[in-house]
Amino acid sequence: MNSIAFVIIGILTLTGALAAAILPRLIHAALCLVMAFLGIAAFYFLLGAEFVGLAQILVYVGAVAVLIVFTILLTRREQEDVHIPVNWGGVLVGVAVFAALFWALLKTPLPGVQGVEIITVKQIGQVLMADYVWPLEATGVLLTAALIGSLILVLEKKAR
Amino acid sequence: MFETVDQIFVIAKQQLLVLLGFAPYWVLQIISSLVNIAGILGVFLTLFALISLFERKILARFQNRYGPNRVGPFGLLQPVADGIKMLIKEDIVPRNSDAVIHFLAPIAMVVPTMLALAVIPYGNGMTPFAIDGGILFFFAVGSATELAVFMAGWASDNKYSMLGAMRAIAQMMSYELPLIIAVLPVVMIVGSLSPDAIVAAQGRYVLGIVPHWFVLTPWGFVGFILFYISALVESNRTPFDLPEGESEIIAGHMIEYSGFKYAIFFMAEYFGMFAISGLAVTLFLGGWHAPLPFLQFIPSYLWFFLKLSVLLFVFIWLRGTLPRIRIDHMMMFAWKFMLPMTFACVIAAAVWHYASGGLYGWFGSLLVLAVAFPLLTLLLKTRQNLSVRTYRYAE
Repeated sequence: MNSIAFVIIGILTLTGALAAAILPRLIHAALCLVMAFLGIAAFYFLLGAEFVGLAQILVYVGAVAVLIVFTILLTRREQEDVHIPVNWGGVLVGVAVFAALFWALLKTPLPGVQGVEIITVKQIGQVLMADYVWPLEATGVLLTAALIGSLILVLEKKAR
Repeated sequence: MFETVDQIFVIAKQQLLVLLGFAPYWVLQIISSLVNIAGILGVFLTLFALISLFERKILARFQNRYGPNRVGPFGLLQPVADGIKMLIKEDIVPRNSDAVIHFLAPIAMVVPTMLALAVIPYGNGMTPFAIDGGILFFFAVGSATELAVFMAGWASDNKYSMLGAMRAIAQMMSYELPLIIAVLPVVMIVGSLSPDAIVAAQGRYVLGIVPHWFVLTPWGFVGFILFYISALVESNRTPFDLPEGESEIIAGHMIEYSGFKYAIFFMAEYFGMFAISGLAVTLFLGGWHAPLPFLQFIPSYLWFFLKLSVLLFVFIWLRGTLPRIRIDHMMMFAWKFMLPMTFACVIAAAVWHYASGGLYGWFGSLLVLAVAFPLLTLLLKTRQNLSVRTYRYAE
């Protein structure tokens, strides 16, 4: 049952990702990317990582996708239909990254699937607030700095 | 006897599964899910038909007229007539529109709202989809509707629909923050993201008579009001119905939709209202628990739907009473008032937690909120700031 679901979700995710890469209209590509994001979230659910899957949907579909879509919207429409020749350098980099990741995956010793307990939200919270509290706080400070930085950029534009 | 009536749906489902006991386990799982889905759809489609009638009736009362009363007794068959009308209407797709996305947008709109309905406990042991992170699930699927609104607005290839979609996304994103943070105090106090655990935590009665609902604590009361205002915005209801704004942008992102697709948008809006009101009931109003101990003989699901209908009535009441708010006022309200106030709520809940409830907790959290509220209104100088409108993008 799980392997059937794995194959179906895998096909959908890969189709979405591929379509995002090759579709000519940017909005279509962005929406197909959302499909790939949802597929990845489904993989997390399949593995029993409920919290990560929900966070994936909340962050990537709810925020990142909307951000991408807004960016496309606020840029000009004429630029969409310009025909771009195949970028062979990009293809080369893509293949290289894929090969490196694939090689690393093959080399990594994977733990057995059996006996993996499902981690609850509470456990994640306890780990975050006890063991990893300093990295968490540092991330918070970094994000706040980024927020203030973006605000300052906008304010300068207004003053001009 | 009372327990049988209370558990009648749960028992019926179990009996059905026992009858089908010969089937393999995964078939049973699928059947169990399908029964839950059929239950949700049946109940909420009926409720949708009813509320579409009662909303018009109640609004008519507010405006001193009769409302629909021609079809069937008291106009009760009006939803059926509306449904048939919507079904046989011509489905118009604009020539320049993006046909695929135009078609997918209503579906992408209604699916998340239906999913969100699945995690709410409707009665004792009646949560269709009980997962550990139910509250998180609710907001995760809820955030997907923004994209659907955008799809509708963009695919229609119409200036008004695009403007409506931009407005909708702007206000939904702005109010999602106070909405989620208003939930945080409840999650902090209960220590769980599961709706069932949150309802169970509100099952006690203080002094044997006062229900232990979170709305009756200082932080819970303020949190409930903040949550409810954000819920109004998220479901695009008056006074925050700017995305639809009939007098300015006709119907916003729905302008190029007709017939059944329009009906689906309409349905998604109401399903969203049901879901978010249901969550408000679960979080603050004690879920399916009875308000008084001696009223517990009334089945739990009836209590849930009674509370739900009260909240829905307030939605309609506000629609009949308040004018539409201006967009800059609304944005300012979200970022300058709602957000700091929800944080004050979180602090008040923390004070309550460390005083371990009781009288000290009550006064402590009340003090935090009593300081935060006047301070915010003073700092914002609401009266001076709201009077002048600055045009930044439309010159």
